[in-house]
Amino acid sequence: MRISNILLMVIFPVTAFAEWETNMPRGVTPTSEVAYDLHMLIFYITVVIGILVFGAMLYSIIYHRKSLGHEPAKFHESTKVEIIWTVIPFIILVGMAVPATKALIMMEDTRDSEITLKVTGYQWMWQYEYLEDNVTFFSKIDTESNTARRLNSGVDVKNVNNYLRNVDNAIVLPINTKVRILLTANDVIHAWWVPELGGKKDAIPGYVNELWVDIQEPGTYRGQCAELCGKDHGFMPIVVHAVSKPEYYKWVGIQKTNKVAKNK
Amino acid sequence: MSTNIDKLHDDHHHTPTGIMRWITTTNHKDIGSMYLWFSLIMFFVGGLMALVIRAELFQPGLQLVVPGFFNQMTTMHALVMIFGAVMPAFVGLANWQLPIMIGAPDMALPRLNNWSFWILPFAFTMMLSTLFMDSGGPAAGWTLYPPLSLQGGDSFPYTILAIHMLGLSSILGAINVIATILNMRAPGMTLMKMPIFVWTWLITAFLLIASMPVLAGAVTMLLTDKFFGTMFFTASGGGDPVMFQHIFWFFGHPEVYILILPAFGIVSTIIPAFSRKRLFGYDSMVYATASIALLSFIVWAHHMFTVGMPLAGEIFFMFTTMLIAIPTGVKVFNWVATMWRGSMTFETPMLFALAFIVLFTIGGFSGLMLAMVPADFQYHDTYFVVAHFHYVLVPGAVFAILAAVYYWLPKWTGKMYNEGLGKLHFWLTTIFVNLTFFPMHFVGLAGMPRRIPDYAVQFADFNAIASVGAFGFGLSQLVFVYILFNTLKKDVTAEDKVWDGAEGLEWTLSSPPPYHSFEEAPKVD
Repeated sequence: MRISNILLMVIFPVTAFAEWETNMPRGVTPTSEVAYDLHMLIFYITVVIGILVFGAMLYSIIYHRKSLGHEPAKFHESTKVEIIWTVIPFIILVGMAVPATKALIMMEDTRDSEITLKVTGYQWMWQYEYLEDNVTFFSKIDTESNTARRLNSGVDVKNVNNYLRNVDNAIVLPINTKVRILLTANDVIHAWWVPELGGKKDAIPGYVNELWVDIQEPGTYRGQCAELCGKDHGFMPIVVHAVSKPEYYKWVGIQKTNKVAKNK
Repeated sequence: MSTNIDKLHDDHHHTPTGIMRWITTTNHKDIGSMYLWFSLIMFFVGGLMALVIRAELFQPGLQLVVPGFFNQMTTMHALVMIFGAVMPAFVGLANWQLPIMIGAPDMALPRLNNWSFWILPFAFTMMLSTLFMDSGGPAAGWTLYPPLSLQGGDSFPYTILAIHMLGLSSILGAINVIATILNMRAPGMTLMKMPIFVWTWLITAFLLIASMPVLAGAVTMLLTDKFFGTMFFTASGGGDPVMFQHIFWFFGHPEVYILILPAFGIVSTIIPAFSRKRLFGYDSMVYATASIALLSFIVWAHHMFTVGMPLAGEIFFMFTTMLIAIPTGVKVFNWVATMWRGSMTFETPMLFALAFIVLFTIGGFSGLMLAMVPADFQYHDTYFVVAHFHYVLVPGAVFAILAAVYYWLPKWTGKMYNEGLGKLHFWLTTIFVNLTFFPMHFVGLAGMPRRIPDYAVQFADFNAIASVGAFGFGLSQLVFVYILFNTLKKDVTAEDKVWDGAEGLEWTLSSPPPYHSFEEAPKVD
């Protein structure tokens, strides 16, 4: 078990943590990894500060109480101490700002991408366009989840395959390839987010935002819309299949054949 | 608490009785009490909405409400709690406490005071009435982001007008606070001798005056976009949806400090009283409060790191946001230093103040994490954010309000509350508040977005815990209501100086204080 989980369990003692995910996923892209590392760095820093501050408080609460006959001291200021606890936090903050800024500059650098995927948010589905490979399709929640999620549908959602996290048409992306994702929306603001591929970005009407992913491991990664976009905001999942490059081009070929077949 | 004031009422001063007394009153204590009762009612109204949310989220799948109504609940819960519960509670405390803390007979502008309170019930009647309209209430979140908010139905203009009225009430209240503090202090009470609660309210009042008109402007632009064809925020007409977010958060971030600075003042008053030791670093507390207020105007875009700002903008707002940790840290360290080598006792107000320090600091820690832009791309709009702002607002602002009520209730009424019940209320509240909000950190980090009525099954366990906690928290507040009525039934027995460690002019007055507080200004050395 990760140290972070043990720490979280100490803070919040619940006996059975076996299946319970308590932390941010490390993810499978360079951007998700820097976000995770930064998250853990700051988490540990705050834990240390918390132990010191709350420890001092607890000591004082235990020993400096009237019931033990403790007489109040008279001091009520100390310029020296106050300067120290202004300067030390500042130094800690600089120590956090440096890696955060480096990570941010890396995350915002979308140059030299091989593939561009344009994502358009709609109420309530996504449209995907592979700009180089000329593949376009819509992607919305799969029928099974969509039926089960109705008010009093009578379906036990625990038996639904990937409840609320499955779509009719999934995105396919090649691994070890820098993919630039362009984001926009057609009606209201949405946000495209797959936690294991890194952070989210808003899809805004009239704007084209940028994001990049470089998936290191093949697999299926799931996410959903993260900006309130109306009544079915909770029902806009995203599914990404990450595959090897040859498999990706095979998939592109099939999409094109289907398109040609459809147009005939 | 009102009946006793009647008895002590000056003979030459004839006021109406019954309901007309409350409608026409210009007395700071009457108005303060009305603000506090109003806030308590709204706390339960907003709380019921929260329970609708938590009941629906108890299990995955939709069992109780449709998604559209769920969104109305999240939107209204926030509006009611912010503008109806927390802000009026602080204004109520200001009304009761400012005059008796600075040695004044009343607030500087009593008629304005009456008006600023009486706007509130009308504004909230209008806002809550939207829930009964065909289109339903506002459902785009309390932040009212366009274009989604522009899809609202007939209830939209009612919400906007209600927000205008609430803003008006806040601005009038803030003007009154500033006029009172700057003009009516007892001779000898220089600015740097004012009680710290007065200082925090003075700074809060300036924040209100600066930020509320910005909100009024933003919602007016929404209104004209919807009904008069302006295209301020509509991309297809050359407008910019992101600009609304910039304007909104230019109001919204100072608003966050409006909700917490008076709480800092309360905790800085209570910790010394029960540590029997002067507040450590009074001057640096004042400067820290002022710096937080100034910084609050240059950090707004940290609420919107994911809108695709330029890199330079993201770095600027990350750095300024991190800077806020310094004055906030100074405050926390000063509180601990005040307790250090004191002679502490743990009555209910002190318990709430101590829990405030610990739990608010946890909220501060998650705030620092949220300031890190690369990590924020993951945290943004998840339950991690929900956990963060509830930690600073519930065990933050709400605990400070409860601490203040327990601390000053014997002064206001001349009656001592039941200490055992107070402690019971404290422990129930503290346990359940953590049970409710701590698991939200976990589901947020694990990937659950906020403002969704239904979720994937891997989030089920923590959501169930949070829902149990929320119902426990709600029920525990009934203990508080019982304590209030139980106290009001008692006879006047409280001493003038209720707490042996308490300092300040209010403790030189009788309990309850006379109708016109200080008829003659006290002399402050």
